[in-house]
Amino acid sequence: MIKVLFFARLQDETGKESIEVDKTNITVDDLKQHLEEEYNLSSLSHTMVAVNENYADGSTTLKEGDTLALIPPVSGG
Amino acid sequence: MTEKKRFIVTEEPISVDDVIHKVIRRECGAITTFLGTVREFTHGRRTLHLEYQAYKSMAEKMLADIDKEVSEKWPEAISAVTHRIGRLEITDAAVVVAVSSPHRQTAYEANQYIMERIKQIVPIWKKEHWEDGTSWVGDQLGTTSYPEGKPPERSFE
Repeated sequence: MIKVLFFARLQDETGKESIEVDKTNITVDDLKQHLEEEYNLSSLSHTMVAVNENYADGSTTLKEGDTLALIPPVSGG
Repeated sequence: MTEKKRFIVTEEPISVDDVIHKVIRRECGAITTFLGTVREFTHGRRTLHLEYQAYKSMAEKMLADIDKEVSEKWPEAISAVTHRIGRLEITDAAVVVAVSSPHRQTAYEANQYIMERIKQIVPIWKKEHWEDGTSWVGDQLGTTSYPEGKPPERSFE
């Protein structure tokens, strides 16, 4: 299982803060594509990701128990 | 200097004094404080209030990472940051950054650097509640994109 966290507009679009996805050994980019289709999300191409709280790129392979956070462009401050 | 956590994301109103007291020390001759406050009008459009959301654990970690960058660039600077989340009203402080150093130039420069980096890499989002609708800031198409899938490293000088 991989835990996926949604924030900001993605939380509004999915109506959820997090989900569990029954996949492992999948790349970040492949999982993003899966989520776009499954949840009918607007494009995730400008969405950064963090794996276990560290920024990661699309080629990163996700392992059992990983937490993937989808991070839209930030706007703190 | 107290042993309190220097990088915090909180739902509580921020005490500027508390943030300052985390960086004050006998060696410092300057402390700069920056307050980011909720603005009523942006290009003529009226904000009623703001709502901030954070990936809290990662946000506090990224603030600590920014502090490591600051320590490399300005070894004499000590910094503390508190960012508030939840519903904020006009004029409320959303973020307070305090930096102490022996001399003022470092305190000014490091403080500005920290704010710029917060806006680049710390996972916090602001939702505008306008008079005529709502929108998450930063999600307007094309305003911010990351060709490499992650934010640039130290692009602010």
